[in-house]
Amino acid sequence: MSATHTSTLPQHGQGHSHSHDAHDHHEPNFWHKYVFSTDHKVIGVQYAMSALSFLFFGFLLMLCMRYQISHPGEAIPIVGSLMERVLGEAASGGKMSADLYNSFGAMHGNIMVFLAIVPLVFAAFGNYVVPLQIGAIDMAFPRVNMASYHCYWMGGVTWFTGFFLPGGAAKSGWTSYSPLATVAEFGHSFNGQTALLVGLVLLITSSLLGSANFIATVVQLRAHGMSWMRLPFFVWAQFVTAFLLLLAFPPLEAAGILQLMDNVFHTSFFLPTGLVVGGSQLPVSGGGSPLLWQHLFWFLGHPEVYVLVLPAFGIVAEVIANNTRKPLWGYKSMVYSVIAIGFLSFIVWAHHMYLTGMGTKISTFFQTTTMMISIPSVIILTALFISLWGGSIRFTVPMLFAVAFLPMFGIGGLTGLPLGFNASDIYLHDSYYVIGHFHYVVAPGTMFALFAGVYFWFPKATGRMMNEFLGKVHFWGSLVCMNMVFAPMFVQGFKGMSRRMSDGGAIYFGKDVAYGADPGVLKLNNMILASALLLFVFQLPFIFNFFWSIWNGRKVTSDNPWDATTLDWATPTPPPHGNFLKEPIVYRGPYEYSVPGASRDFTPQDQKDPKG
Amino acid sequence: MEIPYTDKPRPDTGLYNAKLGIWLFLASEIMLFGGLFSAYILLRVNAAEGVWPAVKLAWPHGLLNIPIGTFNTAVLITSSVTVVLAWASLKMNNFARFRMFMVITVFCALSFLGIKSYEYNEKFTHYELRLNDGKAYTGHLIVNGEHPGFWDFSKVYNLEQLKAKTNVTSIKFTADPEKAEGHGHGEAGAHEHKELDLKTDQIAHLDAFLPRNHTFFAIYFTITALHGLHVLGGALVLAYFAFPGAKLWKTHPEQFTNRIEVGGLFWHFVDLVWIFLFPVVYLL
Repeated sequence: MSATHTSTLPQHGQGHSHSHDAHDHHEPNFWHKYVFSTDHKVIGVQYAMSALSFLFFGFLLMLCMRYQISHPGEAIPIVGSLMERVLGEAASGGKMSADLYNSFGAMHGNIMVFLAIVPLVFAAFGNYVVPLQIGAIDMAFPRVNMASYHCYWMGGVTWFTGFFLPGGAAKSGWTSYSPLATVAEFGHSFNGQTALLVGLVLLITSSLLGSANFIATVVQLRAHGMSWMRLPFFVWAQFVTAFLLLLAFPPLEAAGILQLMDNVFHTSFFLPTGLVVGGSQLPVSGGGSPLLWQHLFWFLGHPEVYVLVLPAFGIVAEVIANNTRKPLWGYKSMVYSVIAIGFLSFIVWAHHMYLTGMGTKISTFFQTTTMMISIPSVIILTALFISLWGGSIRFTVPMLFAVAFLPMFGIGGLTGLPLGFNASDIYLHDSYYVIGHFHYVVAPGTMFALFAGVYFWFPKATGRMMNEFLGKVHFWGSLVCMNMVFAPMFVQGFKGMSRRMSDGGAIYFGKDVAYGADPGVLKLNNMILASALLLFVFQLPFIFNFFWSIWNGRKVTSDNPWDATTLDWATPTPPPHGNFLKEPIVYRGPYEYSVPGASRDFTPQDQKDPKG
Repeated sequence: MEIPYTDKPRPDTGLYNAKLGIWLFLASEIMLFGGLFSAYILLRVNAAEGVWPAVKLAWPHGLLNIPIGTFNTAVLITSSVTVVLAWASLKMNNFARFRMFMVITVFCALSFLGIKSYEYNEKFTHYELRLNDGKAYTGHLIVNGEHPGFWDFSKVYNLEQLKAKTNVTSIKFTADPEKAEGHGHGEAGAHEHKELDLKTDQIAHLDAFLPRNHTFFAIYFTITALHGLHVLGGALVLAYFAFPGAKLWKTHPEQFTNRIEVGGLFWHFVDLVWIFLFPVVYLL
């Protein structure tokens, strides 16, 4: 696996013979070094490489879908014949069947959320950076950490088997709503949905092992002097995220087990009495509740949104403080806000369910909490904006991504408000507006933060810088294309285009149907497709830059190439096993940039005398 | 280089790493079982009247074996006491006593699982029967002179399986004694079992007490099976501590004692889940 190449340099390049551990005397073999490693940095890189691959695969699924929406009934060029060869009947003639389109849609969502973004933003960056930033030599439970990665990997593989099971991969949306998820392939007990649920249990196990480990590490292994209010904001964000994963995921596991029972043992947890499918009554006992699934699902589903976003806030905060050369504005209120988001995110879930008929009183409650949670989110975003004020900004590549994150995430967040009010949600629900909204949060939002993080910590992990010019091409291309992909979706949504149609809704906008809708919005599909393909092209410089720079990038001349203050830059480059040459002691807060009277414009946390 | 606080507590938090780790793990477990218990409540509250005609109740009641369940509760509580005694023995430096108590704990765990499997089997061979004329019974099925057992899966009959067998046109059914209306425990009233001779085409519905039969059985089997998996996992780990893992006692006694404490915390949790589960599914 290519995952491991990045870390060849770290282990060999430096001659720090610091280790007193008897195990390190002999050279570990390939398996011990890259597959069964317990070093948090190797595990972080494993997570990063796997998650980036899944990210790319999820993106390809989406490209196929976009082509099919804008060219309904036409064969997909280039990949169409390949799809037919691999997937058979479902892609006959190189065209996606409606079922296959649904499969791709469900798998795109699941892969992006559970296999790509969360592992990247939490497991990869968290594993690599958190122990370094708190001055620890490793995570609290290194072997548990390894098990976490292995569970993640097995979960991913299980999902992929779904494509080759009878009926194809799961095709009931990333939300797997019952009864659809159970009746979609009722004839086959072991179908794509079953594979999805089994994989989900593995992924939840992985996240449980990871999040308990993170919390224990931050609580127990902070260096001397690293008090809570001296933690970098990134660590705070990861810490709260770990609690969300720890407590919100298990109810989904419960739901997954129940749906697994429905699919395999034909119980009726989520199947109501008298359910008729295809003209005949389903041979099950009934008495279950489809709403129960939605409650259990969204009890995870909403905190999950903050799992995607909080670590992104953390990365952006680090990059902005470093590149404005001034402290974060309102560090403490940001910390309290992130904690408040953590609490509130547990009581907003049913705003995804206004249209289920759960009752207006409940809707009102969740509408109120939903408006409340936007307050701490806005505090964090505002604090980051104000942090830019009066700074001497260095527009490095990570900074470009971090700065672009702010307005992009702002669009994503603000377009969420009409969905949080149940009156306006009735109209917008299930339309392309929703797709536009959450993709603005995750794609130019979280993913821009991820790119910022990759460019920012790359020199620490490899000892080489990524190419600046290619980075800027990647940034500007992505920024423009992302907006051209997602902004038209708001228009389509306002015009009433449904998100569930494999032909993009061409049937409903046809001249025989008197909906009064404007078929012109379908033309936007062509623009979205063109922009998506262009977006693909603009990711190529990044992929090339990433691998090329591992071996050929400009070497860093110092352990702290960005002149940063946090402890992750106080390690040798790349950090050896055990991280620090001597035990770090922390004397000050995380963002002491441009302190008057100091000898330099940054004072690292482990520097005792600012004039030294 | 060693990771700090693996055996001694960190001064400002007062915890060693694994103790914090297990509490976090248990918090997550509480959310898992909490989700399942919520599902139980919602399904029961929403259960429609008359879905379970055999006892004229929306939610089946009194079908589980309470004496056996009570005995099993006692077994599990005993094991919770002995696991603490095992840990205390280590604190008092008495390894032999530790091993004895640990063996008792594991023995209790395995007994619990054995008794539970007996109960499961009892349910898998117990049937609900509804006739075309609207009469409904629970009881035991006799096909061709034998009771269908569970372990041979092909013998668990529902109506379709029965009809698919061409040589079976009639069955015998030993109906349970009538139960007083609205009350689960049939102490009063007739005690005699009724023997029914039935043609298969008289039967509207026939199914064993399997998860697919009713959401009550679905949730009962799901939660108790998940709990059973926790008992099994805990028993394996504790058995490991008692024998192969006990080597650590010689080299790192403090760390070994901590492991027993952490394992014991998990074991108490497993016990606690059952303390909730027993009244909820057996008694209420």
